[in-house]
Amino acid sequence: MATGDLALGQLESEVSVRQHVINDFSINVATVNGSGSQSANSVLLKSIFGMGVPVSGKNLFPSNIAGQPTWFIIRASKDGYVARKHEAEILVAMNPETAREDIAALPAGGVAIHEETLKLDQARDDLFFYPVPFDKITAAICPEAKLRKLVKNMVYVGVAAQLLRIDLSIVEAGLRRQFAKKQKVFDLNFGAVKAGFEYAQENLTKRDPYFIEKMNETAGKIIIDGNAACGMGAVFAGVTVVAWYPITPSTSVVEATTDLLKKLRVTPEGKATFAVIQAEDELASIGMVMGAGWAGARAMTATSGPGISLMAEFSGLGYYAEIPGVIFDVQRTGPSTGMPTRTQQSDLLSVAFLSHGDTKHIILLPGSVKECFELSIAAFDLAERMQTPVFVLSDLDLGMNNWMSEPFEYPAKPLDRGKVLTAADLERLGGFARYRDVDGDAVGWRTLAGTPHPKAAYFTRGSGHNDAAGYTEKPDEYQAVMERLALKFEKARELVPAPVVERNQGAKIGFLAFGSTNCALTESLDQIAKRYNVQADYLRIRAYPFAQAIHDFVAAHERVYVVEQNRDAQLASLLKLDLPANQVTKLRSILHYNGLPVDAESITREFAVHEFSHQEGL
Amino acid sequence: MATASATPKVNHIGLPILDYRGGKSTLCAGCGHNAISERIIDAFFEMGVEPERVMKLSGIGCSSKSPAYFMSRSFSFNSVHGRMPAISTGAILGNHTMRAIGVSGDGDTASIGMGQFVHLLRRNLPMIYIIENNGVYGLTKGQFSATADLGSRLKTGVVNELPPIDTCALAIQLGATFVGRSFSGDKKQLLSMLKAAIAHKGTVLLDVISPCVTFNDHEGSTKSYKFMQENDEPINEIGFVASFDEIEVDYSSGEVYEVEMHDGSNLRLRKLLEDYDPTDKANAVRTLMEAQDNDEILTGVFYINTEKPTFIDQLNLVDEPLGTLPESVTRPPRQALDVLMAALQ
Repeated sequence: MATGDLALGQLESEVSVRQHVINDFSINVATVNGSGSQSANSVLLKSIFGMGVPVSGKNLFPSNIAGQPTWFIIRASKDGYVARKHEAEILVAMNPETAREDIAALPAGGVAIHEETLKLDQARDDLFFYPVPFDKITAAICPEAKLRKLVKNMVYVGVAAQLLRIDLSIVEAGLRRQFAKKQKVFDLNFGAVKAGFEYAQENLTKRDPYFIEKMNETAGKIIIDGNAACGMGAVFAGVTVVAWYPITPSTSVVEATTDLLKKLRVTPEGKATFAVIQAEDELASIGMVMGAGWAGARAMTATSGPGISLMAEFSGLGYYAEIPGVIFDVQRTGPSTGMPTRTQQSDLLSVAFLSHGDTKHIILLPGSVKECFELSIAAFDLAERMQTPVFVLSDLDLGMNNWMSEPFEYPAKPLDRGKVLTAADLERLGGFARYRDVDGDAVGWRTLAGTPHPKAAYFTRGSGHNDAAGYTEKPDEYQAVMERLALKFEKARELVPAPVVERNQGAKIGFLAFGSTNCALTESLDQIAKRYNVQADYLRIRAYPFAQAIHDFVAAHERVYVVEQNRDAQLASLLKLDLPANQVTKLRSILHYNGLPVDAESITREFAVHEFSHQEGL
Repeated sequence: MATASATPKVNHIGLPILDYRGGKSTLCAGCGHNAISERIIDAFFEMGVEPERVMKLSGIGCSSKSPAYFMSRSFSFNSVHGRMPAISTGAILGNHTMRAIGVSGDGDTASIGMGQFVHLLRRNLPMIYIIENNGVYGLTKGQFSATADLGSRLKTGVVNELPPIDTCALAIQLGATFVGRSFSGDKKQLLSMLKAAIAHKGTVLLDVISPCVTFNDHEGSTKSYKFMQENDEPINEIGFVASFDEIEVDYSSGEVYEVEMHDGSNLRLRKLLEDYDPTDKANAVRTLMEAQDNDEILTGVFYINTEKPTFIDQLNLVDEPLGTLPESVTRPPRQALDVLMAALQ
């Protein structure tokens, strides 16, 4: 532990304030929610992106409509690191309520841009202060008093752009894009940016070391949030029924889906090839998904923890009666209501076994916005192929924040609609048994309601049934169906998205992680290599049930760190249920669960603590 | 025995009634639910609906088992307790070209399922929703349900002291467009009502008093055969003339309220209650509330509205079932993704 702290101290002293820090810092914009700072933050982020510099944005917002503190953290990283940085070097202090706290949190040598009248520049003597008369500048360019609160945010974009040496023309291009069809809005906003820019040019002397310099690392890249990517995936998977109940942070999955459906899925006659229903609660939304999936529709819902709890009963029905459906769970901080606007990866265990009885579910775990798109499509295919509910576990960090990505690729494979018998098939076969494993893949053939054949119908039920879908309480008949369901789950191991080997150098130490933890872990592994000269391998899990490759990875390493964002080591627990007994003791957990997205520094420090105590133990 | 040459009676699409039968009932002998299943078979047979064009939905309870006992050639989904509305909504969205009939109970609807039930009514989802109402929980051995009448007595002597939920009044108020009450023992009324229900487009809510012979058919029960035979007060006599029928029904006396159904059928309601107008929503609710205060059990068609758009109309869906739309329709082309990607750069 002591060694770890020493190393960190050395790192900090290496960063001299005299040297320029180019394209490698974070900006924390502290505002009040409901003040319209979102679009200003987005313009600043996209301006850095426009300079060709890899960038990410994290919105730390309260569960509140207006008037509470909110922070937007923009990270520029020449190395392409997109995780939250442990601390931000530059503060734009727009919220008087939190300004003193925010300033106290800055590292030595940091920067504070603030409203002049707040007189914050006396607070510390180891920072660079840039007082700006925001209210005065805003009043001068915006005659309409009620718009000033919104316009003021654009003034700080101008000030920050000038101080960081971002080209005004790039900010302008970004703004033009944002307000493509609203010339008046553009004029007002760009006027504010320009006023801020010019004020800084004329009145502020650049003394701090932070600069944005042009790079060529963002050409051809896109910026999107995970929820929009999931929605896009659903639409390109051909979703037809969407039933949902609003809940943070999943709401924008359905909003994005709905927007795209309205754009792309209306016939020339103006008819919809989809239905979106805002249900009365999550019980109903998943019930509608099950009903629609039974009738042959590609159906989905999106929710978060509390909604998942309510979906338990129907999830069990879907598992046992074998009905396809896709459930997006954008995880937030639990338990109970928890912190609705903060992130966590803490629904893994409850989703894996959601519902009573021997129930288990297929879970897909996207680790990037691109995978949000790709795994959403995979989820619909798998749900119909395996005739079961499939869960896509994202989280607030991945879902609601902006991420840079390679553009998404058009799906290479046609839709997999699974094993469905037509009237012609039934005529040829002379009938069918709904739950009989005729192909040895543990999946029966189904018919869809309305199939025009006298032998097409069957009776779907959540009560005990035999392989012909008949009611049963006979021990052997019941057990045969349960055994086939277990076998089906086994077969899913190799049908779900395979894990990704992120690093494989034959190291002794391995890392396992899933979802949004990836970005921080990738950065942490670089830190670990640099700081401690320790090389480690890393396998990223993308689905449950676990593929054989995950077992092999554990078997090939002396010790394996499982990094995840929950208190109870849920991924490690799930792995322990799956791994052979002699492999279980290899697992060590690095956990982060305070509601903030995990950062590399936290993983690195925790790793150091584990490694050194481990070696002492030997 | 009939002679070998005798051909069975077929309906107007050429199917014998055998094609509408279901599995053998496992409910108690004499259970009202069995009689309702029989009337459902008769109604779909007489209306000439292809069994494959029908989906049967249910929740949990004695009533919810009954879809297994009628129309085996129809597609059935026996779901979870109180959640028939959600399953029905999804299934109908998956294939809105089919007829949907749901069978629920008083517990399944008015207690555990109340949350979903009221929202189904609001949406005017096109389906026939039958409540087989016996006032008790049968499978758990006879506890009161929320439709048990005030003062009604269990076999054990326990008296119900909470007011009943009138699902018909609720349905009328919340948006169902065909609302009626019948009695499993009234073959003629129930059959006519079911046939009219099949012809209706929108939510049909039928509350059918269906005595539980095991737990609620004794003296002191208000849901017993005897009580219903003595207290059933029809507000109208139902005559239904299907669009394909050429029979003219003449009413010898009384005033008749005629409703033209959207499929061209005719519903003729002979008024037994003076000046009862089944399109007057407020009056219908008032009539039911007054009847409850006076301990009267009204039956008949209380309310009908053939104009209100259904949930499917409101969603403006294509004519084909959503569930079987081809990939060429449901997956947008490559160029659509290219445009989206370009906008995000």
